[in-house]
Amino acid sequence: MAQRKRASYPKLTQLAKCPTGIKGLDEITNGGLPLGRPTLICGSAGCGKTLLAMEFIARGAMEYGEPGVFVSFEESTEELIKNVASLGFDLPALIEKKKLALDHVYIERSEIEETGEYDLEGLFIRLGYQIDAIGAKRVALDTIEALFAGLPNELILRSELRRLFRWLKDKGVTAVITGERGEGTLTRHGIEEYVSDAVIVLDHRIAGQMATRRIRFVKYRGSLHGTDEYPFLIDEKGISIMPITSLGLDYGVTSERVTTGIPRLDAMLGGQGYFRGSSVLVSGTAGTGKSSLAAFFADAACRRGERCLYLAFEESRDQIIRNMRSIGLDLEPWVKQGLLKFHAARSTLYGLEMHLAVIHKLANEFQPTTVIMDPITNLSIVADDSEVKAVMMRLVDFFKNRKITTLFTNLTHPGELETTASGVSSLMDTWLLLLSVESNGERNRVFHLLKSRGMAHSNQMREFLISDNGIDLADAYVGPGGVLTGSARVQQEGKEKAAAVEAQMELERRRRSLERKRQVMEAQVTALQAEIAGEEDELQMLQSREEEKAKVAARERADLAALRKADVLSPKKGA
Amino acid sequence: MPNTPEKEWNLRLYVAGMTPKCVEAFANLKKICEEHLKGCYSIEIVDLLENPKLAQGDQILAIPTLVRKLPEPIKKIIGDLSNTERVLVGLDLRERT
Repeated sequence: MAQRKRASYPKLTQLAKCPTGIKGLDEITNGGLPLGRPTLICGSAGCGKTLLAMEFIARGAMEYGEPGVFVSFEESTEELIKNVASLGFDLPALIEKKKLALDHVYIERSEIEETGEYDLEGLFIRLGYQIDAIGAKRVALDTIEALFAGLPNELILRSELRRLFRWLKDKGVTAVITGERGEGTLTRHGIEEYVSDAVIVLDHRIAGQMATRRIRFVKYRGSLHGTDEYPFLIDEKGISIMPITSLGLDYGVTSERVTTGIPRLDAMLGGQGYFRGSSVLVSGTAGTGKSSLAAFFADAACRRGERCLYLAFEESRDQIIRNMRSIGLDLEPWVKQGLLKFHAARSTLYGLEMHLAVIHKLANEFQPTTVIMDPITNLSIVADDSEVKAVMMRLVDFFKNRKITTLFTNLTHPGELETTASGVSSLMDTWLLLLSVESNGERNRVFHLLKSRGMAHSNQMREFLISDNGIDLADAYVGPGGVLTGSARVQQEGKEKAAAVEAQMELERRRRSLERKRQVMEAQVTALQAEIAGEEDELQMLQSREEEKAKVAARERADLAALRKADVLSPKKGA
Repeated sequence: MPNTPEKEWNLRLYVAGMTPKCVEAFANLKKICEEHLKGCYSIEIVDLLENPKLAQGDQILAIPTLVRKLPEPIKKIIGDLSNTERVLVGLDLRERT
C-alpha cells in the first residue's frame, strides 16, 4: 500500500537530498538531509548531537568528496579531534587536505561589554571565509545556542540567527545545527522556528537501567520520511541507526522449502518443511524441548552446507553443544567447519538497540542462511513488550529481506500458553507450540502446529519424544477417553492390543466349534448312510434268498414232476 | 578616577566595511580616547571584509567589536560604542556601578 503510494508521487516534487553516509539515516530519510538547507538536530546532553553533526561533516569529506566546515561553540578543536579519533575520523589529515575546516567560536560573557548597536557580521564573515577557502558544501554549527549565553541582547541575536539561516541557504550549503533540548520546546532558545526544513530529535532514555538512544524526524519538509523513533547506537564505527522497518514489506519470497531436521515434522508441514526465508516461532513452557528443536534445525542447515548463526541468550556455546550431544546431536563438527557460529550473550548485557546492532552486524559479517534466536523471551527483560515487538518486527523484516530462515524460541508460562511474551506471534509464518501435559502423575511433551502460512499442514497434535537418538513425534492416542500421552498412551495401546487378541481368540474358538459341529454332522450322515446301506444289503439278501427258495421250490417241483413223470412245462416263471 | 592612563593602550576596532554602525563606532571611540587616554593610545582598524582571516584570532562575532589588546587582560566591547558609560566600564576606565 505504502509502496504504491510512494510510486505515484511524481518525480518532479522530489527534494534533492544530501547523503549523510551515516548508517541507516539515509534510508529513513530516503536519501539524506535536504540539500542546501539547514537541518536542526536537537536533544538533551549526551545524546550524540555533536557526533551526528561531526559524522555528517567527516563522512561528507571522506566519502562524498564534499568539504565541510565544523563550527564548534562549545568544544575546542583539539577536543573535537581527540573525541572523534576513536571513531576512525582523522580530522587533522582532512584539514591538511583542505577537506575540512574546524573553528572554535568562543565567547566569554565576562569579557564582553555591550555598548549599543551591533550585528553578527563577524560570524558571517568568519564562516563565509572558511566556506570559501575550502569550497565547503556542508556546514555544522554545534551548538549555536551557546551564543545566547555569551551575548546579552537576545533581540539582536534572534534577528541575526534568522539572517544566518537564510544566508546559509543562499550559500547553498547543507547545514546541520545542533540545539540543546528545552523544557516543552525542542530547543532551549526556540531556534527551531528559524530552521524549518528538517528537525531531528535525539533522545537518550533510560528504562530498566538500560540506556537507549533514539532518533526521530519531527519534521522533514517536502519529503517522505520515516516518522518512527529509531534506536541508534554509537560504537567504534560511529553512529548506526537501525532503520529496518523502513525496508517495508516488499521483499521477494521463495517457495523453496528447507527441512526442519525432523522427518516427522517435515511430514506435518506438507511433507517438505519450512519455507526458506520464513520466520518460525517455537513457543512452549519450560523444558519442553524448544532448544532441541532449534538445534536440529541448525544441524539440518549445516548438513546442506549452509551457514547458521545461533544466538543464544541463555546458555553458553559449550553448554548447548554438550546438551545436544546427550540427545544424539553433535554440533561441534559444524562449528569447526565454520558453518555454525554461536553468539552467546546474556540479554541483560546491553540494551535492546545494542542487541539489534550486534545481530545486524553478525548477520552482515557471517552471511548465514539460517538464524536461531534462543530465546527471545529474555529480551523483554531489557525493554518493554512494545519495544521488543518493534525490534522483532525489524529483525523479521531484516532477515526476510535476506531470505534468511529464522527460528525464534519463546518461553511461555502455563496459563498463557498461546500468548507470546511480546505478542510477536503475528509476525511469524510458522508457529509451533510445545506443551508439557501433566496426567497420571507424569509430564509428557505435546506438540501442536498452530499455524503455518502458505502450506497445507497437519492439525494433529503429536507427542514430542526426546530420546538418546534425537527427536521424534509420535501420534498421540485420541479416543473416547480423551487425548492420552506417555505411559497412559502406552497403557491404552496395551489395552487395545489385549482386546484385539481377545477378539481374535473368540473368533478362533467359534470357528473351531463350527468345525466340530460340521464334523459331528458329517459323522451322522455317514452313520445314516451306513444304516441305509445295511438295510439295502438286507433287502437284497432277503430277495436273493426268496429267489433261491423259489428256485429250489421249482426244482423240487420239477423233480417231483419228473418223479411223477409229468409233462414238462415251461420253466419260465417269475420269482 | 581610577586607572588613570599611565601605560600604553593598544586598541583594535573590528569592522566590516564602512557601514554606518562602524563609522559611528570609530567616531565614538576616537572621542572617548581623546577624552580619557590622550597621548597614550593607539587604535588599529581591522576591516574583516579585507582580512576575514583575522576574525578567528580574536574570536570576533559581533561587528563592530573593540578589543583592548593592551593593557592586559584582553577586553572586548561590542556595539557602536554609543553608550560612553559602558565603554568606560568595559575598558576598565570606570568602576562598575
